[in-house]
Amino acid sequence: MEASWWKNRKFWLMWAGYTGAVVLWYASVKWLPIESFNRLPDPWTVVWEWFNPNPAFGISIFTPNYYVHILYSVYRATSAFALAVLLGVPLGILMGWNRTFNAYASALVGFLRPVPPLAWVPLAILIFPGIEIAVIFVTFLVAFFATVMNTYVGVKSIDPDYFRAAASLGSKPRDVLRHVIIPGALPNIFTGLQIAMGAAWFSLAAGEMIAAQYGLGFLIFEAYNLIQFPTIVIGMATLGIAGFISSAGIRVMGNRLMRWREQSFGLKG
Amino acid sequence: MNAATLSGELVVSGLRKWYHRRDQAPVHVLEDCSFRIEPGKLTVVMGTSGCGKSTLAYILSGYIKPDEGQVQMDGQPVQGPGPDRIMVFQETALWPWMTVTENIVFGPLARKSVSRKEVTQKALELLRKFGLSEFKDKYPGQLSGGMKRRAELAQALINSPKVMVLDEPFRGLDVMTRELMQEYYIKLFEETRLTTVFITSELEEAIFLADRILIMGNAPSRIVSSLEVDLPRPRTFDVLASERYLEIKKEALEVLFSESMQQAD
Repeated sequence: MEASWWKNRKFWLMWAGYTGAVVLWYASVKWLPIESFNRLPDPWTVVWEWFNPNPAFGISIFTPNYYVHILYSVYRATSAFALAVLLGVPLGILMGWNRTFNAYASALVGFLRPVPPLAWVPLAILIFPGIEIAVIFVTFLVAFFATVMNTYVGVKSIDPDYFRAAASLGSKPRDVLRHVIIPGALPNIFTGLQIAMGAAWFSLAAGEMIAAQYGLGFLIFEAYNLIQFPTIVIGMATLGIAGFISSAGIRVMGNRLMRWREQSFGLKG
Repeated sequence: MNAATLSGELVVSGLRKWYHRRDQAPVHVLEDCSFRIEPGKLTVVMGTSGCGKSTLAYILSGYIKPDEGQVQMDGQPVQGPGPDRIMVFQETALWPWMTVTENIVFGPLARKSVSRKEVTQKALELLRKFGLSEFKDKYPGQLSGGMKRRAELAQALINSPKVMVLDEPFRGLDVMTRELMQEYYIKLFEETRLTTVFITSELEEAIFLADRILIMGNAPSRIVSSLEVDLPRPRTFDVLASERYLEIKKEALEVLFSESMQQAD
């Protein structure tokens, strides 16, 4: 893969996809006879603004403010995500492991999970001191439910013979947890974390639009209010990049923790 | 191996078992199932598929409880699973996230019976004996079917069980590998003389391996017949051509045939 990337079909197809998307964007903004489309910035205008030392609307990679927004969003997303993992994985494991506990918890989870995250915003602002915690709480909620549900499914999907074999060999609950449940559920847990991270960015952006003074969601909404089209797109693109990087980070960590999978599947081709 | 391996007698008396499913009539699997597994002998339990062989194996191992009757091991009633009765599963139960060596040392380490160094030493010896030395750091997903079964046998044997319960261990292997494994397994048994309950649905495999064959009837099943297999040990595939083998096969086929006729009625 290293030496001959230019011979790699996948590599060229990927770039063809990117190019196609940019062309489509340019074409729909410039050539489509729809007025509301024509008001939008074309790709060059956005790039010009984004990488301009003197941006027309005050936000580019050369302005410190841009990084303040990014830092706020990243801080909120990661703390909400970390909290979701810290609480969600153990809860999911307990639910999958212990039927009695599951009976208690699933009623609560089943009732609260369908509530859309944004419906929590007013209550969260009233409950928590300061908007900051409220935004993090709303972000945390979605990530938490995704983590709990996938961890639970992960534990449930472990082949019962793996538990039986462990019982036969005289293992204690601690060994079962460490050597059977956690590694067995790990593939699903990481699927859950990917979903959780995506959902966290999603509800974070929405939360910041409604109740925040900094952050990428806020940046987008403020630019909308001030009709600064290129800045809207810069905010959106930055959110996209942040989401992509965090997702890739989780994937890399998952692959590292589940080397056994890669190696087993590698053999089969 | 030594005097201790001669213990491991299982006495099964009056087992009855129903499976209860929601919104369905209970399925009656075992009915008054009684027999004795002699220590140091290889007893094959044979029956058609769906006759409750696996259920019996799970009861012997202590994973499920019978509704009536009990299993006694060396005079003590069996209460649950334990390292003195190890089961080798139909589908491989090596944990895919542990390397072959980690899988094998798991039992002794979980019980803290020996030091890690000692048990690793023992595992490597077993792996060498089983021809798996090169694969000690591979994951189960990287092994072939036959290698997985050997690794499972090593995983069981390192715990020095008194009884081994093998539930159709060679099912799903291709014919060549299966025959190799049978030959391999019979050598292992003749060397260790570990009390073994071997479950299969194949008559040839049963006669080739067994000291005694218990034939199960149709569900709700009991042991309908017990055949002594007095073929000489050590055994090779040559016995399959002997006259005695054919006699035993004929006898077994008659029992199986009359059982299936009863079902047809």
